[in-house]
Amino acid sequence: MSSKNMFTSSVGKKLVMAFTGIFLILFLIVHAGLNACIWANDEGLMFNKAAHFMGSFVVPRVLEIGLFLGIFLHILQGYMLTLENRSKRSVGYAVNYAKGSKWYSRSMALLGTLLLMFLVMHIYHFWTPSRLGGIGGIKSLSVFDKNGVEYHNLYAEMQLVFENPLVVLLYVLACGSLGYHLAHGFQSAFKTIGIHNKRYHALISTIGYGFAILIPLAFAMMPISFYFKLIN
Amino acid sequence: MLNSKIPAGNLDDKWVDYKGHCKLVNPANKRKMEVIVVGTGLAGASAAASLGELGYKVKAFCFQDSPRRAHSIAAQGGINAAKNYQNDGDSVFRLFYDTIKGGDYRAREGNVHRLAEVSVNIIDQCVAQGVPFAREYGGLLSNRSFGGTQVQRTFYAAGQTGQQLLIGAYQALERQVALGNVTMYSRHEMLDVVKIDGKAKGIIARNLVTGELEKHFGYAVLLCTGGYGNVFYLSTNAMGSNVTAAWKAHKQGAYFANPCFTQIHPTCIPVSGDHQSKLTLMSESLRNDGRIWVPKKQNDTRKANEIPEEERDYYLERRYPAFGNLVPRDVASRAAKERCDAGYGVGTSKHAVYLDYAAAIERYGKTEVGKQGLTNVSHEQIIALGKEVVKEKYGNLFDMYAKITGENPYEVPMRIYPAVHYTMGGLWVDYELQTNVPGLYALGEANFSDHGANRLGASALMQGLADGYFVIPYTLGNNLADEIYNAPIPTSHPAFEEAEKAVAERIQKLKNINGKQSVESFHKRLGKIIWNECGMSRSEAGLKQAIADVQALKKEFWSDVRIPGEINEYNPELDKANRVADFIELGELMCVDALNRNESCGGHFREEYQTPDGEALRDDENYMYVAAWETTGEHQWQLHKEELKYEVIKPSQRNYK
Amino acid sequence: MSHNTMNLKLKVWRQKNANVAGAFKTYEVNDISDEMSFLEMLDVLNEKLIVTGDEPIAFDHDCREGICGMCSLYIDGKPHGPWQANTTCQLHMRAFKDGDTITIEPWRSNAFPIVKDLTVDRGAFDRIIQAGGYISVNTGNAVDGNSLPINKDNADAAFAAAMCIGCGACVAACKNSSAMLFLSAKVSHLALLPQGEPERKSRVLNMVAQMDKEGFGSCTNTGACEAACPKEISIANIARLNKEYLRAGLTAE
Repeated sequence: MSSKNMFTSSVGKKLVMAFTGIFLILFLIVHAGLNACIWANDEGLMFNKAAHFMGSFVVPRVLEIGLFLGIFLHILQGYMLTLENRSKRSVGYAVNYAKGSKWYSRSMALLGTLLLMFLVMHIYHFWTPSRLGGIGGIKSLSVFDKNGVEYHNLYAEMQLVFENPLVVLLYVLACGSLGYHLAHGFQSAFKTIGIHNKRYHALISTIGYGFAILIPLAFAMMPISFYFKLIN
Repeated sequence: MLNSKIPAGNLDDKWVDYKGHCKLVNPANKRKMEVIVVGTGLAGASAAASLGELGYKVKAFCFQDSPRRAHSIAAQGGINAAKNYQNDGDSVFRLFYDTIKGGDYRAREGNVHRLAEVSVNIIDQCVAQGVPFAREYGGLLSNRSFGGTQVQRTFYAAGQTGQQLLIGAYQALERQVALGNVTMYSRHEMLDVVKIDGKAKGIIARNLVTGELEKHFGYAVLLCTGGYGNVFYLSTNAMGSNVTAAWKAHKQGAYFANPCFTQIHPTCIPVSGDHQSKLTLMSESLRNDGRIWVPKKQNDTRKANEIPEEERDYYLERRYPAFGNLVPRDVASRAAKERCDAGYGVGTSKHAVYLDYAAAIERYGKTEVGKQGLTNVSHEQIIALGKEVVKEKYGNLFDMYAKITGENPYEVPMRIYPAVHYTMGGLWVDYELQTNVPGLYALGEANFSDHGANRLGASALMQGLADGYFVIPYTLGNNLADEIYNAPIPTSHPAFEEAEKAVAERIQKLKNINGKQSVESFHKRLGKIIWNECGMSRSEAGLKQAIADVQALKKEFWSDVRIPGEINEYNPELDKANRVADFIELGELMCVDALNRNESCGGHFREEYQTPDGEALRDDENYMYVAAWETTGEHQWQLHKEELKYEVIKPSQRNYK
Repeated sequence: MSHNTMNLKLKVWRQKNANVAGAFKTYEVNDISDEMSFLEMLDVLNEKLIVTGDEPIAFDHDCREGICGMCSLYIDGKPHGPWQANTTCQLHMRAFKDGDTITIEPWRSNAFPIVKDLTVDRGAFDRIIQAGGYISVNTGNAVDGNSLPINKDNADAAFAAAMCIGCGACVAACKNSSAMLFLSAKVSHLALLPQGEPERKSRVLNMVAQMDKEGFGSCTNTGACEAACPKEISIANIARLNKEYLRAGLTAE
């Protein structure tokens, strides 16, 4: 017996997936909350202020590093687990067993890959200009001044990016992937960390499905709002 | 005369005195002594685990893919123990008395009393292992009642008591495997006992995956291989349950005792056609609430629900007003057969009777109405409430019935018919569970010792575990203490070589027959002969005919059986052929034994010996003995008698009227 | 009561032993009564194969009453066939209709190597139990059974987990060939009882380690195992196992 390989055993690897997953779920709440400021209908002032806060204070910046580490671990571990699990059945079935589980619970790697592809695009659209703008020819965000403080106009950047209907479509599709990924991932993460009590489990399932619908819906509404000019 | 080695003294003191005076093997010597355990059911797994714990080097064998598959797992009802937790007057003596009486006075007092004594230890041991017995709200163990007793002494785990007890013993066994004290040989079948200087010193086993023969030495060989109910082809036994190990022992000189004592269980799902491969038991507990009946009119083709109340014959309640539907198994089975033979059977085969829950559903419904304080309830509501109660009590059994028959037992009465369930007979053993071949032991259903001519419900699990956990650890040591002076015998010894050669030759001979008929078809034919003539009722003429038929079948088998595949590979047909060949020989001996026993007792009913109203008529004057048969050649056996002495209990006629 | 008969086509996996490749072979069976069990239907086919000089199909089975866990078979894309909460041996031909083609495959998992045809080796399960699936109490050590009252809910939950028959359907159903439902049933059974307390931590750590060694995959909570389990062992047991594992991992010395 040893607790040394606590995070490297099959159960341990799943714990890593669950903990990073829950961390990412928390991030999504913060992210969605901040972005919801675009609907303040103040030409993005509140949103830009919030983005500025996230970009210029130590705590969010440190958490950002953690976020990247978390995403990286989640992706890496996810792929490794998928490959490992696939290797356990060298000869497959002629007829697959599809009735006992939801398709999206069996397709987490596929959904995750779609999300990864989206993530690359998303980082390129917003994160690199706001954090690395001006370095090595990377496009900078426009800047405005309010009460003597300089703010990046991320809001304007969103307006710009979401003028392209293809981008809007890709974002909406990605939100669909996110929804299904969360529909399984949310409750799965809590099972993996050991919530087995019937009452809590029912609660978590309900919250999980709600979360999987509401958060991606909120995100999807952002490009749509810009594209269809639902906000000014 | 056979020496059963029952210790002298008061019945109460025999086992205590034995344990206090038996010889011991010191721990250092135990580590050097190999012991072979064949079979890993309740008796085998518990024996292998307990001996491993004591320090013996145990080799355990089972033909299944895992020791956890043994057919003990299928026992439903429960396990008896004289705990008297219910304060209802139970005691070791009462359990002893009930078992002797239930066995129709054909069991040994000494053995049965010991069984009752250790029954209490079994429950403690199983609880400690984590067996999840049913419990009351206060957290203490729950009991229920079973046939043939007036106290509540049956411990249970829903309808899966056998499973839970076996898993407990299996886990104890696997623990010893992990500790290196037991080596497990699964998918192995014992095909002969190796005797050296008259003592059992090992076995020949066949690896069923590769087909290779293996020689294994042991200071003692314990056969825990279950009963031989599959001689009837159709029984509630598992498909693989077989008599081979016990029969090989018999061929090596071990006496086979009371082979005609077989138990036919009254409540099984009837045969539906020729394709049928096995029968399924419906727990005896169903007779607590169900009423058994047939139509009063012969060959009545109406559906059960169309037959009005006054045209139904509740024959058990009619014949046995005192016990009604709860008469012992042998009595209930015979009564069902009598009705069907007389033309009152139901269903397409006409070999079934109804087990009806309509009255119980209504009764429970009305109770429920009272409990819930309902008023103005319709008949439909009462029935619906009653069905809920019945579902809670017997839901899993009703579901099983529905799965197998496709009928809804909540709406139409179940059809049931007796089926072979357990065999009281087996290898003759003395008080120490040793056969007449020194070093060869038989435990659990494989021996004959504790149930006489009829076993009571919830006693089989008790006996298997008593033998394995609490008897053999003492009695084996008493005999092995003298063996420490003898060095282990290498399996290169000529006796091993010869035995292996003989087994190989027999397999080759079977394979070479290359006939036209499958093993299964022979087995079915054997089953029909034995069932018809040596089943629920037997007669001199029928048994004589059966003996001739079985002999003819044996000849045909050895000249026309077809075994596909190769010897040196995984070949289930070859495994089956080995077993059926032995069943055929045993079938003959069963008929010989039944023919010899000119009386009716327990599960053995000879048509010639019955009271005017059709009850079993015992002959204590001439047959109060164990019939132990020694093989002396093909179709030849010699009878050895062990007189049964009743020092404490006075045998009397069983009366359930 | 109907007594319909049917003609069927069977696509059966045939494989001589673990070392050679296998393939599907198609057979026809006729006049199959709907009262037969699925295995009796295979018996009919085997009888035909034997008398015509062919090799019968090897498949594991023993009690034929749904409790020993020996039968397996992956029938038309589901372990133990189309019925819920059922073993193959209790599946009856009423579940099929005349003219059906039925595909029969063995349990597929590298941890369950094929012995022959539809028979697989499930010895890995025994070894997982050996790693700690027991309570270390020698015969004779026990105290009185009623000296340790056990909360009825816990006793019932322990029993519900202990009902596992070790058939391996969970592994066969899982896309990852994970044995977590089997393992969690045993860990839960023993963790829910006070008798299991002393070895609670070492048990779960050792059993998980053994499961990994045997080559089973990890659990991704799809729930396929629970849906295929003939004894309806709840997936909540897996969550309990995870908790036990986390607890043991964090607090073990």
